[in-house]
Amino acid sequence: MTPLLRVSGLTRMYGGRVGCKDVSFELWPGEVMGIVGESGSGKTTLLGCLSARLDPSSGTVEYDTREDGLTDIHALSEPRRRMLMRTDWGIVHQNPRDGLRMGVSAGANVGERLMAVGARHYGAIRAQAGEWLRKVEIDAERIDDLPLTFSGGMLQRLQIARNLVTHPRLIFMDEPTGGLDVSVQARLLDLLRRLVTDLGLAAVVVTHDLAVARLLAHRLMVMRRGEVVETGLTDQVLDDPHHPYTQLLVSSVLQP
Amino acid sequence: MSTVQGYNFAYLDEQTKRMIRRAILKAVAIPGYQVPFGSREMPLPYGWGTGGIQVTAAVLGPSDTLKVIDQGADDTTNAVSIRRFFARTAGVATTERTVEATLIQTRHRIPETPLREGQILIYQVPIPEPLRWLEPRETETRKMHALADYGAMHVKLYEDVARFGRIATTYDYPVLVQGRYLMRPSPIPKFDNPKMHMNPALQLFGAGREKRIYAVPPYTEVKSLDFEDHPFAVQRWDQACALCGGADSFLDEVVTDDRGGRMYVCSDTDHCAARQEIREAAE
Repeated sequence: MTPLLRVSGLTRMYGGRVGCKDVSFELWPGEVMGIVGESGSGKTTLLGCLSARLDPSSGTVEYDTREDGLTDIHALSEPRRRMLMRTDWGIVHQNPRDGLRMGVSAGANVGERLMAVGARHYGAIRAQAGEWLRKVEIDAERIDDLPLTFSGGMLQRLQIARNLVTHPRLIFMDEPTGGLDVSVQARLLDLLRRLVTDLGLAAVVVTHDLAVARLLAHRLMVMRRGEVVETGLTDQVLDDPHHPYTQLLVSSVLQP
Repeated sequence: MSTVQGYNFAYLDEQTKRMIRRAILKAVAIPGYQVPFGSREMPLPYGWGTGGIQVTAAVLGPSDTLKVIDQGADDTTNAVSIRRFFARTAGVATTERTVEATLIQTRHRIPETPLREGQILIYQVPIPEPLRWLEPRETETRKMHALADYGAMHVKLYEDVARFGRIATTYDYPVLVQGRYLMRPSPIPKFDNPKMHMNPALQLFGAGREKRIYAVPPYTEVKSLDFEDHPFAVQRWDQACALCGGADSFLDEVVTDDRGGRMYVCSDTDHCAARQEIREAAE
């Protein structure tokens, strides 16, 4: 069995400053990897490099493509990389406004990926969009409404539907629950966990919220100043942190 | 009309015309591809046809016969002034008859009379980029053209069907040229889109402000985008032209009084006049 994603020695510099440094790991199909750490620790930079939106300064990111097996995504041609991004991958942005077209209806937002890969039957596109809205618990009546009229939680769910419509194998999530109130967060996490299990998705989830990491992730990577300081199973890392920074992070969580 | 002295033939200098002709040659070689060119200041404002007028100046020869139409009509301000401009700076013959013209500069219409081989149709284009309202970055739209990454265009059509139950885009309807490049046919009504397909005449498009030239060579495939279950269809009217009685042309609605009176007349004045003559001759 080959891993879905193999990262080795990934480094990204911003001039003299470190974005992320010498990150290596493997992600297996169906596995959810959490990346935690404080603001500015390089989580988003790492995610950008993994999802081919940023070029690394050194190191490789290999993805198990359907045709050629493990391939370095940064060496792929632009058309193939784009195809990969809209069929095999999904990217859920921290701010849903970055990942959605705010000027077109919810249905068109969900249908865009289908149309981009060649769907040309309006009825079929609309039916699939409706189906996915139902799966992410958005009322089917709102299919023709603009995302501008949606609440924050609905926007985030719409963004998830838009990404999952082409049945990707891997999704990248950057703070999927950022900016949502706790009850909406809980519902979204519930939904995400169900979708990930039902569809057998692999995911890389970046978050600063340890509770989110505990609920979603199988494995955790703790980052500090661009470097990975600790990795392991989620329970292990959170219940028995070894690195002093992880201990600090875990002990900083407020207990209500 | 007397020719004015002190200007080069057809206003533009020879170097500029050569530069524009090179752009046109490239455009013809790659149907639907937007070729950048060094657009010049012309003696009329942007938006009045500076792109079309430069293309016309570059391809116009002394033996050509020029026709200029604006919204199908030969007698509107823009058409009259551009026609007079070339009559005075180039001394070429002008006409209002589509069949007599070798060069037709147009704004917003394709003549109803079928064009023939050897004729050149020149469009004035305000915004050449079909993806502009979907993607504001020029670098990104160029990349999308290079990769034939046109899925986003269907998002706009989807929005139309979702809101209005049909594709409500009625003019500047996006087309795919020779199965490769997505193209904006300038703001012609979609009624005229089928005329572009396999047309025997050469079609040139000039955008002065945006500095782009593109072309559809003779006998080129031009397909209007659509959905399988919402196929492309042109406008239809339930009446005939009030002047010539024709039922197969593009009609303008003209308000005749302030009590709701209105009439429908052909937008192509030459076509309408020709048919009226035939009718009068028969009576």
